[in-house]
Order: sequence, then structure tokens, then C-alpha cells
Amino acid sequence: MDVFVIHVLNALLYASTLFLTAGGLSLIYGVMRIVNLAHGNIYAFGAYVSAWIVGSLLAGAPTAVLYVLLPAGALAAALVGAVLEPTLLRRFYKRAEEYQLLVTFGLLMILEDLMRLLWGPFPLSASALFENIGSLSIGESLYPGYNLVVIGIGAVAAAFLWAFVYRTKFGVVLRATSQDMRMASALGVNVNRIYVQAFTIGCFMAGLGGAIIVPAQSAVLGMGVDALVLAFIVVVIGGLGSLEGALVGAFIVGVVREAGITLFPEIELAVLYLMAALVLLIRPAGLFGRA
Amino acid sequence: MTLLVTTGLTKSFGQNIAVNNVDFTVREGEVLALIGSNGAGKTTLVNLISGLLPPDRGRIEFRGADVTDQSSYERIRAGIARSFQLVNLFDQLPCLDNVALAIFSREGKTLHLLSLADRDTAVWQEALEILHHFGLAGKAGGLAGGLSQGERKLLDVAVAYALRPKLLFLDEPTSGVSTREKAPIMDIITGIVRSGGITAVIIEHDMDVVFSYSDRIVAMHQGAILADGTPDEIRRNDAVTTTLIGSPVQP
Amino acid sequence: MSTVAVVFEARSPLRRVTWALPVAVLLLALPYAIGAYQTILLAYGLIFAIAALGFNLLLGYTGLLSFGHSAYFGVGAYTVAFMVKYLHATSMEFFVAGTLVTSILVSVLFGFVCVRYTRIFFGILTLALSQVLWSLAFKFFWVTGGTDGLRVPAPSLLGLRLGAGEDKIAFLAGPYYYYVLALFFLCVAVMWVIVSSPFGRALQAIRDNETRAEFVGVQIRTYRLIAFVVSGVFTGLAGALWVPLNGLTTPDIMHWTFSGELVFMTVLGGFRTFTGPIIGAVVFNYLKTYAVGFTVYWQLFLGVILVVLVLSLPTGIAGTAARALARARRAA
Repeated sequence: MDVFVIHVLNALLYASTLFLTAGGLSLIYGVMRIVNLAHGNIYAFGAYVSAWIVGSLLAGAPTAVLYVLLPAGALAAALVGAVLEPTLLRRFYKRAEEYQLLVTFGLLMILEDLMRLLWGPFPLSASALFENIGSLSIGESLYPGYNLVVIGIGAVAAAFLWAFVYRTKFGVVLRATSQDMRMASALGVNVNRIYVQAFTIGCFMAGLGGAIIVPAQSAVLGMGVDALVLAFIVVVIGGLGSLEGALVGAFIVGVVREAGITLFPEIELAVLYLMAALVLLIRPAGLFGRA
Repeated sequence: MTLLVTTGLTKSFGQNIAVNNVDFTVREGEVLALIGSNGAGKTTLVNLISGLLPPDRGRIEFRGADVTDQSSYERIRAGIARSFQLVNLFDQLPCLDNVALAIFSREGKTLHLLSLADRDTAVWQEALEILHHFGLAGKAGGLAGGLSQGERKLLDVAVAYALRPKLLFLDEPTSGVSTREKAPIMDIITGIVRSGGITAVIIEHDMDVVFSYSDRIVAMHQGAILADGTPDEIRRNDAVTTTLIGSPVQP
Repeated sequence: MSTVAVVFEARSPLRRVTWALPVAVLLLALPYAIGAYQTILLAYGLIFAIAALGFNLLLGYTGLLSFGHSAYFGVGAYTVAFMVKYLHATSMEFFVAGTLVTSILVSVLFGFVCVRYTRIFFGILTLALSQVLWSLAFKFFWVTGGTDGLRVPAPSLLGLRLGAGEDKIAFLAGPYYYYVLALFFLCVAVMWVIVSSPFGRALQAIRDNETRAEFVGVQIRTYRLIAFVVSGVFTGLAGALWVPLNGLTTPDIMHWTFSGELVFMTVLGGFRTFTGPIIGAVVFNYLKTYAVGFTVYWQLFLGVILVVLVLSLPTGIAGTAARALARARRAA
């Protein structure tokens, strides 16, 4: 029984960080109809910044301080997004989609090497936070307390986002712009400002996903592309452009991955891709996607 | 002889019933005008028949065969072609190529990987002849994107015509075209259609065009057929004239 | 009707073939002038050109941007490696035949899933599938040699073998170069016919206006799948030619970074033209060889150039050159 609970918790852990990353991707797509191929590397950037601050820069500081500083990665990621959208990406909205993909792919490569340049080729860890929390006993096993924190953050983020998008005035404007950009603009909405805000929020979410996972796993080069592909699997299942879809999709992927790791460790990644392919074959719009 | 019959054809988009239990017939050789106010369901009906949308309910029979479950590709092979309300062309290709592509497709040559397209003079010759019939021969080498609205409308019809269909749906062939150009365009279209033995269904809003060029008129309103008859019968049908035209037409 | 003749004159394929001849002669003669090392470098360039040519059938002509073409290159390379390891084969012809089979199989499988989608979904799906292959090559190390890879010795070319005491470099710069060149000419010719065929026209129509293409009776998915398979085969063939030259194949060849290089070289050369990918591949090969010596931050360099290219020179080298030439002709 306890083993089962642990598996569930692991799945939720994974789902939390996936939801944040995939949700960011979906949000950006929903509002602006662009897919940023560098999104995974923004997640990675968030992870690296947090790992650096918490793991190296202020390594000896008290746990509480480290906690407060952990989201620094998310803020750094948001900053990157806030700069990139108006300066680079905006020029491509009117052009053929291939160019958008090409330029964000270029960004992916730039960010990957930038992280190598700034922090070197070796993994960066921030395990202090992970260890300091201690473990919880579940039945006969010990479960890392930090994982529960991540799950908690994921749940809070989901609730907060939901409230933000569906209950605030900004959320209304966001949804209106995503439905019909020209109409929103005709009604006086400053579409450019909405775009940069939406993009920044999406990057913040990705950065947060990276930041919260980094005490449990180190930041490594290549984590960005892995995250991109997984986020994509989540939005395929849940539907591109839908936050509920990102939530449900993240949960499903979390569960399947946990099952995969336990039962078929060799081909765990392949199982996920197979699942995505299956979903694409049966219901291309995903569970909650717009057709 | 009946070419096309739909029975109980229905399509809804959420709450909106766009096509409501429609029994629609098209007879071979006629030029039929499909009229109705915006949202009456005309384009949706054409989309259902040409295979762009699947119906929620109902049957479509073409030349005696049930085509309801067939893909648009199969329906084109069977002989149904259409032009689009918002002109849909290969703007980056020359006019000649736009038509030639339809011919290559019709002849099944588009799956030939190892022959040079430019060498197939028969196809290019036919494409040029078609452009000639539609009065566009002078613009053969020009890009489709560079034509005037009226010319684009004609090219759109020419491409559909190049498929040598039995039944041709024309979705507002004169919309966006200046009044002066409408008659020449309709003359060309109906001339080709009649001499080619093609049955045409034309969605139109311009009543002058409708009454001048059609053999039969079907009026739709809110997803259902309101009236079906010759232009004279429709002119005398008060329900139609009040709903669509606003007041009875003076004879 | 003379108009047909007039229209054709303007599009005569013969004009384009006229400059191809001097280039072909140059490629035939170069080894005598530039020495073994440079010849082998050029051979790599020609091999990447074949891969880029295949890749561009999808991008330039069908409008599908694949981020996972390294998969097919890798399939080609590993097919040869497996044939050496398990079948003890040594004949290049055998290798080519085997690669044709495996690359068709893999492209049909991957293509079937991928062509149902366009644009971003297509792009990321292709990326994901190539990452699967990469991770399999990594994990099943007892089969694939893992990160150590698999060695491939010099093959026999139409029966011509590298003798026991003979110089491998001379072999690679000599007979092997000409073998690659012959296949390069063949690939260019075949691809040229394909893009000029009615099929090629249909592909471009699909790229330009999917709905219209469908309503002209072209079944989108089938055509895209065929293009995908042809593309995969060309790239797979390139992989098969690459591995004897490199002597070794490792999983990196299937990593997304290599896919990125294929994208880059095609965009560099210009993806809207036939020759763009060829030029881009050859130029990129030299660029990479000389720049890798300068910096470890190779990805950064590539990424910046790609962004700059897309911003200011979207038609690439070939496209920009063509426009400059046209302007010069008009001014003259």
C-alpha cells in the first residue's frame, strides 16, 4: 500500500513541474498562436539560475532564506521572456510560420550554449534544500519531504493560474485576445502589451518549473530539450491552448512515466512517445483542445 | 434525370442548426441558383455535399450512389467540384499552373514522380484552352495572386472546371466583383457550363444574376428549404420575396 | 498555340542546366589540385549536400519543417555498422541496398505518424521521434556500442578493395571520393526530376494552399507521406555514405543537434531554391571544420547566425545570389 502511495506521489511530483512548463507553453500558444521551441531551454535557464543562487552563491545561508530565493530562476526566466518577445519574436507574427520555428530554434541553440558558457558543462545542484527538509515516513519507507513541497507548489500554482485566467480582469482580456486578436484590438485592448505579458507569464511558469525541481535533480545541459519534448507530449494529450488540458495531460504523463520507470525502465521514454503518437492518432485535438 | 439527392441532411454547430433536415435535389443539365440570406445554410449545404464537412444526419446520393461517407477526394473522382466563396487559389503559381494542376490531378498523373511536368504538352495545351474559354489566356504566365478580383473568381471556376466535373458548385462567383463585370463573368460561366453539359449550382446574393441566369431557384432560410421552383414561380412566391428581398418584386 | 511555347521558353529547364556542367567538371577535377585532406573534406560536404537535398524536399517543396532528420541519417549509418558487425559485409553496394530498405521502413513508420500534422506539431513530433532513436542507441549499448559507437572499415567499391598495406587516406580521397561524387550526381538528378514532376507540382500546391489542393483531388496525407519517405531515403543514403568516411558511428549522429545542423545548412543555402541546400551544405561543412577549431561554443555561433539569417537573409545564399544576378541582368 505504501509503495502505491509513493508511486502516486512521484507521479504528482513529476506532474507538478510538467504542468508548469507545459502550461506556460500552452498559455503562450493560446494567446499568441506561437510555439517557442526555446521554451524548454527557458525552463532549463530557470533551473540553472536557481541552482546557482541556492546551490553555489548563497550555499551556506539558512534554509528559510534559500526558500525565498528559490523562485529567482522563475524571475530570471520571466525577464528573458520580457526582453525576447518585443525585440525578436514580434517581428515574426506576420511571417510564415516556418520562420517563427527557425528563429526560436536558433534561440534554443543560443540558450543551450549560453548556459554552458555561464555555468560550465557539469551539472549544478542545489541539494541543500532537498536534504534540509528531511523525510516523511510513509509506512515502512521514507519519502523526501521536499517532493511534497513541490507537489504543493504545483497545486498552488494551478489554483492561482486558474483564478488569474478565469477570475481577474486581466484574465478576461487575455482570453478575449486569444479568441480574436483583431476584435480585442478594435475594442481598445493594447494587444502588444498583452502579448509581452502573456509571454512573460509563460516563461515565468517554465522557469518556476525548472526552479522547483532543481533541489531534487541537478541542472544539466540538455534538460531543456527533454523538457520541451515532454511538455509537448503533455499538450498533445491535453490540447494545445488549454490550461485544464495541461493539468490533466501533466497528470497522465506523470502517471505513465512513473509506471514506465517502474515496469519498463529501458524504454520509459519510448512509452511516453508511443502514448503521444496514439493520442495524436485517435484524438488529434487532445482532450481539451480547440479543433 | 436526378443527379444529386440529399435526404434529411442535418448539420449543427453547437446550438446553431445550420442545415436542418434538408431534402435537396439537383437535376442533370440545369443551372440551379441557391439563394437565402446570410446564415441560411447555403454554404454549409455545399460544404456537406462537397465533403468538406461531415453531416450529423442524412444521406447524400450522387448519380445513384451513396456518397455520404466518402471523402472529398472520392467525391471529386466521382464528379463533384466546387469553387470557393473566398477565392482559393495557388497565388504563388502562374494561372496556367493552377489549371494544369487540376488536369494533372484529374488524369491521375500527380503520383508520377519520375516524369517532367513541363514535358506533358497535352496537359499544358488543355490548360491554355480552358484559360482561353474563360477569357484569361492573356494572363496565363502571370501569378494567380496578381489578378483582379473578377479574374480570380473566373480562375477559381476554371480550376474547378478543369476537373471535368458532372456537378459544379459555385459559391458566390460574382461576390466582390463590380456590377459591370458581373454579367460578362456570368455569361462566360453559364456558357461553358451549358455547352459542356455540366450541371451547376450557384450560390448567389445578387437577385438580378439569379433571375437572369438560372433555370431553377431553391431558396433557403434558417437551415431549411423555403421554396423551390422556376424563377417566375419564385418571383410570385410572397414568402420568399418578403424573407429575402424585403418586399414583393414588381413584375 | 504559340502562347504555350512562349510560356515554356520563360521556364526552360535547360537554362539552369548550363551552369551545372562546369560545376560538375570542377568537382571531377578538384582532387588533382587540392590534395587528399581537402578532397576528403569536400566528400563530407557532398554527403551533407545529399542529406540536405532530401531534407529540403520536405521543407522547401512540401512546407514541412522537420527537426528530426538526424534520425534517418543515423539509420543509414547504423545500418551499415550493423551489416559490418553482424553480417560481416564489406560491399558498399550491399550497404547502399540495405540502407534503402531500412530507411524506407523507418520513414514510412515515422512519416505515417508525423504527416497527419503540420507546422509545430510536425516539427516537434519529428524531434521527439529522433530523440527516441537516439536514446535507444544509447541505452541498448550492447547492440549499438553505446557512446563508443561501432567501427566501420573501408568498404569495397564495386569490387575494388583497400589492400592490406595500402594507404587508407589515398583510398578515401581517391576511389571513395569518386564513388560519393557519382552518387551525388545521381541524387541531384533524381531529386531534380522529382521536384519537376507532376508530383512535385502537387507538393508545392499543397504547400501553398492545402484546401485548394484537396479540392483539386490531391490527397494531402498520401502525398506528404511519399515526400517524407523520399526525403528519409535520401538522408539515409547520406548517412550510409558518411560512415565509412568517418570510420565510426556514435549515437550523437541521431541527436537533435545534428538535425539542427541540417536545418541550418538548408536555411543558409536558401530553402526556396533547388540548389540552396547543396550550396548551404558545402559552405556549412567548411564553416564548421574551421570554426570548431576556434570555439567550444559552436551552438551559440550557429544559433546567432541562424537568427540573423532568418531576420535579414531569409532566402539564404542561393536566393540572395539569384536576386542579385537578376538585378544585375536587368541593369545591364
